[in-house]
Amino acid sequence: MLGRSANGIFWLFRYLERAENTARLVEAGFRMALTRDAADASDEWRSVIVTLGLQGAYQAKFGNDYAGSNVFNFILRDRDNPGNVLSMVEQARHNARMVRTGITREVWEAVNESWMILKQELARTVTETRLGGVLDLIRRQSTLVRGAMEGTMLRNDIYYFARAGSFIERADNTARLLDVKYYVLLPSLSYVGSSLDNVQWDNVLRAVAGDRAYRWLNAGRMEARGIAEFLMLDGRFPRSLAFCYAQLRDYLDRLAVEYGDRLETHEIAARTHEQLKSQTIDGVFEHGLHQVIGQFIAANNHLAQQIQRDYRFTE
Amino acid sequence: MTKSSLSSYDEMLEADGSTRPAYSGYCEWLKEQPPELLRRKSGEAEAFFRKTGITFNVYGNEDAEERLIPFDMVPRIINAAQWRRLSKGIEQRVRALNAFLHDLYHRQEIVRSGRLPERVLKGNKAFLPQMAGFTPPGGVYTHIVGIDLVRTGEDDFMVLEDNARTPSGVSYMLENRETMMAMFPELFTKVRVREVSDYPRRLARSLAACAPPAASGHKPVVAVLTPGTFNSAYYEHAFLADQMGAELVEGSDLKVENGRVAMRTTRGWQAIDVLYRRVDDDYLDPLSFKPESVLGVSGIMDVYRAGGITIANAPGTGIADDKAIYSFMPEIIEFYTGEKPILANVPTWRCSESDSLAYVLDNLADLVVKEVHGSGGYGMLIGPTSSQREIAMFAEKLRANPDNYIAQPTLSLSTVPIFTKAGLAPRHVDLRPFVLVSPQGIDITPGGLTRVALKKGSLVVNSSQGGGTKDSWVLDD
Repeated sequence: MLGRSANGIFWLFRYLERAENTARLVEAGFRMALTRDAADASDEWRSVIVTLGLQGAYQAKFGNDYAGSNVFNFILRDRDNPGNVLSMVEQARHNARMVRTGITREVWEAVNESWMILKQELARTVTETRLGGVLDLIRRQSTLVRGAMEGTMLRNDIYYFARAGSFIERADNTARLLDVKYYVLLPSLSYVGSSLDNVQWDNVLRAVAGDRAYRWLNAGRMEARGIAEFLMLDGRFPRSLAFCYAQLRDYLDRLAVEYGDRLETHEIAARTHEQLKSQTIDGVFEHGLHQVIGQFIAANNHLAQQIQRDYRFTE
Repeated sequence: MTKSSLSSYDEMLEADGSTRPAYSGYCEWLKEQPPELLRRKSGEAEAFFRKTGITFNVYGNEDAEERLIPFDMVPRIINAAQWRRLSKGIEQRVRALNAFLHDLYHRQEIVRSGRLPERVLKGNKAFLPQMAGFTPPGGVYTHIVGIDLVRTGEDDFMVLEDNARTPSGVSYMLENRETMMAMFPELFTKVRVREVSDYPRRLARSLAACAPPAASGHKPVVAVLTPGTFNSAYYEHAFLADQMGAELVEGSDLKVENGRVAMRTTRGWQAIDVLYRRVDDDYLDPLSFKPESVLGVSGIMDVYRAGGITIANAPGTGIADDKAIYSFMPEIIEFYTGEKPILANVPTWRCSESDSLAYVLDNLADLVVKEVHGSGGYGMLIGPTSSQREIAMFAEKLRANPDNYIAQPTLSLSTVPIFTKAGLAPRHVDLRPFVLVSPQGIDITPGGLTRVALKKGSLVVNSSQGGGTKDSWVLDD
């Protein structure tokens, strides 16, 4: 396949994954904001902006006013935020059009339809009444595309690049979420274990759709270590770093088999995966969660770049 | 305007309102369909096209970056005998076009014999000196041709235009059929219609049969070259590449390496044997043509001339569908085939000739005047529908540069009904059959693309000017 097409499909799935994760994060923020008073709700919305790395752009427009409707409109559809969800989906659709020959009709139609529906839904300001429906739509369209992929795509290099894009992005998003929560959001260490802390952790779990699974595994006990372990090291949870890397490594290995060639990409993926597997949560906290996550994000990014180099995504 | 529709030949109905034989099976079926059902289906068709992304981009219209070509669900039907005659005429014409191109780029016998004036070639930008003395692999110049036909009576088909560069529209031919079969499957059990869906396979086979010497010993690697996602026909480029199982490449994917044109793949550089390019000659090779072009490949012409790649269609084929050449087609056909043309040309006045110019200027209100090098319905005058002021302004342009124009009578194009809110209503149509040429022969897909003017009385069928399309049926014997 063409290097440009590999790049197109890799980013198509990065954008879709990012759009979905962003919607999940807004959904968690929305739910938290609903259950709290106005001042706390505004804190909650601020934390969503911080997690997405948008505080600069947001404050330039709204200052310190974190009114919910400003925040979620900014994230979902505001042209002053170049990374808004609508433009991610637009970009994904553009890429799908570019790699049209590499995807099945069903995958194309799912992506195209997502774009058509969201363009319409996000053409006007999203009110609190509509927000739930819009977020639900984003998640469902993402699920639709994933299902079309799963059910119709040939398992070859095209599919492997698509999956690699999804898991690189998902690992990055989960890692950032954890880092922001732990390192940025808590006013000080004395809050660890406080009720604010617990609400925030609950929020994190909701944002990755892991609240039920976590409670089921831990009999409802909320604590930083358990949650960090769950999100980083539990290979059973589909949004954990360990899960993402097991998948990534597997798909990249299949690519190596198909091409008959192991490259630097495979070394990096294996190294990062082995590191995750050999870690214990005590070790992580001993090193400092922020440091460990920082290293992981860098390694993940490094892998993404190596894939682009090894497979000639660009000239 | 309305005058033209009153006197037009309707392909479905006789003058007395009875159904013509070709449409009898369809009309029987139609009578049984409740009107609400048809209305609903018409809406479904549009949603279907949007969902599949069958859109085209309109130049110079940023708001409507992607538009649908309206699809009308009443098919255009041609009976088997008519099609046999059309096929013969098309084949003869396409054979002549290829022989003509070979001659033009070699000894120019037709000029020497005095049958084609040299002035038509002199300074004609569509003639590429880079092609002189070179014979493309297999001797084929126009691998894909679209012949635009119009009809004015029961047996009166005429060629309006030859498209020998990079004719488009074949994806609509295929999708229109898919749509019709999806919407009205039972209709196809009642009326036996000849298949079009194997066009991509035939195209792939035809292109592979034109592989260059460098491809001997392996299955030829075919790629489709597109200017990119913003091109008006991008959907079609992607569609054809997809259907043929060929790579869809852009200029930025390609480079010349070791005497071959290669594409950057995830496994390294891979040589291309046959390039079905949907990029104009001018942009194909910045070293040979427009130096600023980023749509093509530097050095591809050298590779081509050395037998390292087949370019389809060959560069320089535009000279054969130039409107200045068009008026000589009857002579060209006779010269190369030794036969009388089976399909007539539309009578054409060359404004470069002073007698013709005088006639055209006197009769502008009744004529259609076209730019010699124009296409897509741009820059033309349709006398009968233009105001006196428009005609006067056009006359000035014409006097200033007569060589740039040809004129034709306003034809009373045949009509086929379209489905409107008020029921069936006749609209003017044309037909573009698609023709494949390889050393193995000339292959014509039964039917083609019917374009239809959606406005009552309008004669302009171009999609860029608001025309629509219909599924085109050739009946089985």
